[in-house]
Amino acid sequence: MIKLYDYELSGNCYKLRLLMSILGVEYSTVPVDFYPGREHKAGWFLKLNPLGQLPVIDDDGLVLRDAQAILVYLAAKYDTAGTWYPRDNPELLGEITQWLAFADGITGTASAARLHDALFYDFDINAARAGAHRLFRILDEHLWFGERQGREWICSTSQPTIADIACFPYIMLSEEGGISRQDYPAIRRWCDRVKRLKGFIVMSGVFPAGPAKAA
Amino acid sequence: MAMTTRCSDSVVLNLWHPLGALAELPVDTVVDTVLLEERLSLAVGPDGTVAVWRSCAEFAAGDKIDAASVCNSLPAKVAYGYLWASLGCPPDELFPIPEYDETDRRRLNAATFGVNVSAPRAIENFLDMGHFPYVHTDILGVEPHTEVKEYDVDISVERDEILATRCRFFQPLASSASQTGAEVEYIYRVPHPYCSVLYKSSPVDGARYDVIAVFMQPLSQETVRAHMMLCILDEDNEDKVIKRFQQTIFGQDKPILENQFPKRLPLDPRAETPIRADKSAIAYRRWLNRKGVKYGVIPAPN
Ligand SMILES: N[C@@H](CCC(=O)N[C@@H](CS)C(=O)NCC(=O)O)C(=O)O
Ligand SMILES: [Fe+2]
Repeated sequence: MIKLYDYELSGNCYKLRLLMSILGVEYSTVPVDFYPGREHKAGWFLKLNPLGQLPVIDDDGLVLRDAQAILVYLAAKYDTAGTWYPRDNPELLGEITQWLAFADGITGTASAARLHDALFYDFDINAARAGAHRLFRILDEHLWFGERQGREWICSTSQPTIADIACFPYIMLSEEGGISRQDYPAIRRWCDRVKRLKGFIVMSGVFPAGPAKAA
Repeated sequence: MAMTTRCSDSVVLNLWHPLGALAELPVDTVVDTVLLEERLSLAVGPDGTVAVWRSCAEFAAGDKIDAASVCNSLPAKVAYGYLWASLGCPPDELFPIPEYDETDRRRLNAATFGVNVSAPRAIENFLDMGHFPYVHTDILGVEPHTEVKEYDVDISVERDEILATRCRFFQPLASSASQTGAEVEYIYRVPHPYCSVLYKSSPVDGARYDVIAVFMQPLSQETVRAHMMLCILDEDNEDKVIKRFQQTIFGQDKPILENQFPKRLPLDPRAETPIRADKSAIAYRRWLNRKGVKYGVIPAPN
């Protein structure tokens, strides 16, 4: 069974829990005391991931780090319908990977702001917030134009992909870093769509979608 | 944090305030923090000596220092696993938590989190059981068990603290040691304007209570560091599993706290609807008002 080295309040760990829940993949968790224990910098953990970062999975001896890389692996291996990471569609794979990199940029900005405010990390908070707003503006516009063309998800397909899963957590947690989503209406509508996916689960700080609006 | 908003509330200045968990402070090293908009530095010695002073250019964060050698230090003490200090003339003793001395308990700081909320709003939320099924779904509450049953609130005159007793709530997963759902009994104490101590029946010993306290360190009127102290009966779980349970719960409260409006707690009895301000909240607001607390609240007009 898949083992996830996990910290409850980590959005990057949550991405993997979320995809595994949607795909119905069974897994067990190994709790890592990220805060205040800094266990991700402990010797035993650095042997798994020399970068000293969560998340990491161990699937039957295959040890993988990096949330985006793990999303690729999980979808490619366990999504029987093949829609979350369509292996036979080069254009779409390029697009997905572009947005996976974008998601890591969200971690570097919106998540950094949250770590600063909530866990007292010594980061440049103004730079982190400005960086997040810049990315949110780009995504909001992208989603807004998509909606005009009848596209509901980040990539050019009628189904959600792992790009949606990768971007969702730290956008949803952005207010904990003092980053309001007030000015990003298309992002807010997209967040609501993600929350209505079958198999959606929450993490601490993320709440389920409200009651569905009458059609 | 403008100078003009700096704390002039003598009630609050004279209190003891928590600055950090001892277990997490490096020994003989300068650590910086903020209390009531003042920049403070602190150090802990290997023998448990502590010193807290107003930050100065002489000692920068990270510098090595002998805690015992610091002069001009502020009143400081260690209690319940935390370092406490005061910017005024604090009482000799901090409020008592006798259970802390029971040696079979696990005593730890579940976490210290920064929260964009006033200390009184955070305390008031801690007292409210009504949010359990909606915010802590499947852990501290679950529908249809949403009713807050009748309970008692008293202000203990001799101890000068608020006491809410006979609180009961059905909880699917009351603690890290729970096996099943159970009707849990709660006692809440508010012995300090910015601190609350909660007792809940232990899933492992029906005759005893787990003790969970929240100690708010006011950074400014609208921001705190929330320290969560656990003093519980659990022989099986690792520290990190116990912490994870409490952090999960706090992580659910955090967005609720940060979305409170106004951020300061209004003490005018007519300020908010009685649904939100239930019995213990009303007692808490009155108590703050009578004490003359001004910092972190919107004072009632006289
Ligand atoms: N690119 C990595 C970033 C992971 C990351 O930033 N993880 C955080 C926790 S959510 C971490 O472990 N940070 C500690 C560090 O970077 O030292 C990923 O997506 O997995
Ligand atoms: Fe709560």
